[in-house]
Amino acid sequence: MPIPTPFYPRTSTLSESHEWSEWAGYLAAITYEPTHDREYWAVRNSAGLLDVTPLFKYEVRGPDAERAVNRIMTRDVSRCRVGQVMYSPWCDEDGFVIDDGTVARLAPDRFRITAADPNLRWFQDCSFGLDVEVVDVSRDLAALALQGPKSREVLLAATEDPTLAKLRYFRLAETQLAGAPITVSRTGYTGDLGYELWMAPEHALAVWDRLLEVGRDYGLLPIGLAALDMVRIEAGLLLIEVDYISSHKALIPAQKSTPFDIGLGWTVNLEKEAFVGQRALVRAKAKGPTWSFVGLEIDWISLEELFGKVDLPPQVTGRASRSPIPVYRGDRQIGQVTSSVFSPILKKYVAIGTVEPKEAQPGSPVEIEITVEYHRERARATLVRPPFFNRARSE
Amino acid sequence: MNERYDAVIIGGGHNGLVAAALLAKAGKRVLVLEKRQTLGGSAATEEIFPGFKVNTGAEDAGLFRPELVEALALERHGLRFVEGPAVAFAPRLDGPGLTLWRDPTRTQAELAERISPKEAASYHRFTQLVARMTQVLDRAMLQTPPNPKEFDPRELLPWAMTGLKLRQLGKRDMMEFLRILPMSVREFLDEWFQDPFLKGLLATAGVAGTMQGPYAAGTAYLFLYHHLGGGQGVRAGRFVQGGVGQLSVALASAATLHGATIRLGAGVARIRTSYGQVTGVVLEDGEEIPARAVLSSADPRRTLFDLLGPQELEPRVMRRVRNIRFRGSTAKVNLALRGLPRFHGQESPEQLTGHIVISPSMEYLERAYDDAKYGRPSQEPALDVVIPTLLDPTLAPEGAHILSATVQYAPYALAEGSWDEGREELGDRVVALLARYAPELPDLVLHRQVLTPLDLEREYGLTEGSIYHGQMDLDQQLFMRPIPGYGQYAMPVGNLFLCGAGAHPGGGITGAPGFNAAREVLQALR
Ligand SMILES: Cc1cc2nc3c(=O)[nH]c(=O)nc-3n(C[C@H](O)[C@H](O)[C@H](O)COP(=O)(O)OP(=O)(O)OC[C@H]3O[C@@H](n4cnc5c(N)ncnc54)[C@H](O)[C@@H]3O)c2cc1C
Repeated sequence: MPIPTPFYPRTSTLSESHEWSEWAGYLAAITYEPTHDREYWAVRNSAGLLDVTPLFKYEVRGPDAERAVNRIMTRDVSRCRVGQVMYSPWCDEDGFVIDDGTVARLAPDRFRITAADPNLRWFQDCSFGLDVEVVDVSRDLAALALQGPKSREVLLAATEDPTLAKLRYFRLAETQLAGAPITVSRTGYTGDLGYELWMAPEHALAVWDRLLEVGRDYGLLPIGLAALDMVRIEAGLLLIEVDYISSHKALIPAQKSTPFDIGLGWTVNLEKEAFVGQRALVRAKAKGPTWSFVGLEIDWISLEELFGKVDLPPQVTGRASRSPIPVYRGDRQIGQVTSSVFSPILKKYVAIGTVEPKEAQPGSPVEIEITVEYHRERARATLVRPPFFNRARSE
Repeated sequence: MNERYDAVIIGGGHNGLVAAALLAKAGKRVLVLEKRQTLGGSAATEEIFPGFKVNTGAEDAGLFRPELVEALALERHGLRFVEGPAVAFAPRLDGPGLTLWRDPTRTQAELAERISPKEAASYHRFTQLVARMTQVLDRAMLQTPPNPKEFDPRELLPWAMTGLKLRQLGKRDMMEFLRILPMSVREFLDEWFQDPFLKGLLATAGVAGTMQGPYAAGTAYLFLYHHLGGGQGVRAGRFVQGGVGQLSVALASAATLHGATIRLGAGVARIRTSYGQVTGVVLEDGEEIPARAVLSSADPRRTLFDLLGPQELEPRVMRRVRNIRFRGSTAKVNLALRGLPRFHGQESPEQLTGHIVISPSMEYLERAYDDAKYGRPSQEPALDVVIPTLLDPTLAPEGAHILSATVQYAPYALAEGSWDEGREELGDRVVALLARYAPELPDLVLHRQVLTPLDLEREYGLTEGSIYHGQMDLDQQLFMRPIPGYGQYAMPVGNLFLCGAGAHPGGGITGAPGFNAAREVLQALR
């Protein structure tokens, strides 16, 4: 039975659709309104507020904290300054990705890591023998994502803390909101301007209430996972168990991915001090990746032709699709789409996935499988470099 | 800066010295670094009381490989084994004790007279079976175990068939071998014998040095292991002239002759690595010693965690090392005596020339273990007593004797209190128990040393006081010793090798891990 988050007293009364799913053992709203449209547009045009409490959160504390986190992550965490956040995957001994998340440096000897899956044992085992303590703080922290072009204004109004105006991308700050101490990081999973707010569970409702109250003037809406899934595909952001499979959960070796296979090669620093998977990744890099992470734009004309044959306009789902779809070049399958969505803001059917590296030229044509009235057809598409949408860094 | 050695060997116990002698003999530049001031490690002889040369740890050297005595000409280096007429003697409060003689016909006669002709006949057939079974184990001793890729057990069978010549046993014995290995020593003995007293005596070989009672699965295997030296029901009862430490002295002499250097009082603090390869060691005083290969005869936990460091290991390897069961349960009480005590049920001193065993029944032994299971030293422990001065009077002043009791069970992890508080209490308990069987004993005691598992850890470097460098359980044998995937002496860091009892075939004074490791090192350095 999924359990409620600290925001549940509010989110449950706001839910008109009663559409919930389970996220890491918690009840999570898929939508609040019967359809997701307004929630999607809130993120892209004004601001959306998402309960992200279900994320797993860990703290690594102690004199060897930097060494420990650096041994876990593929990025060079020694370069992460206090008040800075880094995105990084972490890998197993064979260089296959276990999970990915953000690493926030709260103090010289204190880091906070977010994760999609439980990782306590892994983090503890990686830091065994070091002078650190790895603590699961998942239940000690409630968290909200405040995302969208108006999120800064909402945040400033709610906190009345003007210094936050200058909070840079992937930096964090301590402040107060509705009398509660909170940590604000300029991070998110939407590709838009946005923040994540971290607080003790007992302050959750006060923070929520205050944000919704001041947010009314800015068009702030509570949003669910349906809208999130659309915007994260537009932003070209990976979802675990959808766009890649955690090596700890893979059933066969072929299901595992190195960071190079899923577009995260840029996070791998092979020159830094030893980390788990390093030796394997040196070899993997020399050998070259098995897959290349790509974006695809599906040709609308092609869809119209295919559906026109049965007198239908193109049928594309409103929400994001997580069904894997084969990608072809000529007669050969060269890869797969793992997430796709019709992007309302771009007015394009877009997808992310992986193809063979030698076939991965941006701009080159491919075909994807599409089912038209129970018949398998192929629609034309073009490879592009993700993201399709990115406003996260902009001032 | 020191010159670079081909091989630096950590630990001057017998296994480290075997490896040193063999590597030096093969022309390698070898350095042995021993932390203590004495050679021999867990099998050392030390003058802990003036005029008394005491085997502080191990006593019986019957498992030592004869191949090594020959290959290193150890007799020329002063090694001499001594054996008495008795292998084991069980004193008895309510009648004549039981002796297992080196001469099997004498044992049978005694069993026929004291128990029954049927039991004597069983004993005869039983020792023959044990001899056939141990032949198989014997062949594994000086081999590097296979390393089944992907841990596929099917890969083991061909090795068992060809490497161990399992087929030579014939179909029936082969099945019997596979059936017996995982059994408890109790069930094994129950299949053969009736007499509880005899079974109590024999069962000790199945649990010696291990945190298991005789009712535990796998103890039949340990029973067979202890018969590798040709033991007649208990263990070989073969001792070393001058004390067990002389074995290491002879090995050191052979090693030195072949050019090895041996340093005492040279504790290694760290094993140095670079890019996943060993580069040498650092001593406790900071001295750096470069080496192409490093062999450690310290136990696997000490080697891989304390000296190498868990951060040098992949998490999956680290976990396995962390999960090695050590669980020491053995203590040693060494007594210097003014004279020779007499035991109840004893007729002549020659009965005392082997092991004097206090374990009057398997139930007694299991109850002794029950205490340990819950973190308490046995209320009534089982004792394996040796009086080495009977065969070698030079160990003590004229007329005086040494009596050493190996005590089971003394669990490393106590439920209450600490061994620093409980040490002398344990000594008192052992002396009191001995006094029941040998009433004059307390008055004969001149000196007493009590070594608890904590002392074995502190002084001899044995993790949790495990005398075998890791329990001799079936799942910690062969390619799973010290951990699955690393059963071929090479450790997860390049050119680091384990050459002590923590590696195949395991604990006891065998020399086999040192021998096998040396062979692997020679291959790696080629
Ligand atoms: C009380 C007791 C009774 C036993 N009875 C018997 C018996 O009767 N028969 C039998 O066959 N076996 C017996 N054993 C078991 C047997 O003694 C051991 O299994 C065997 O001696 C192990 O030999 P080894 O060379 O592998 O290791 P050890 O003898 O343990 O030698 C390891 C050496 O490494 C040294 N060392 C550790 N760390 C460092 C460091 N950092 N730097 C430098 N040196 C280091 C230690 O000081 C030690 O000398 C007994 C053991 C004990 C403790």
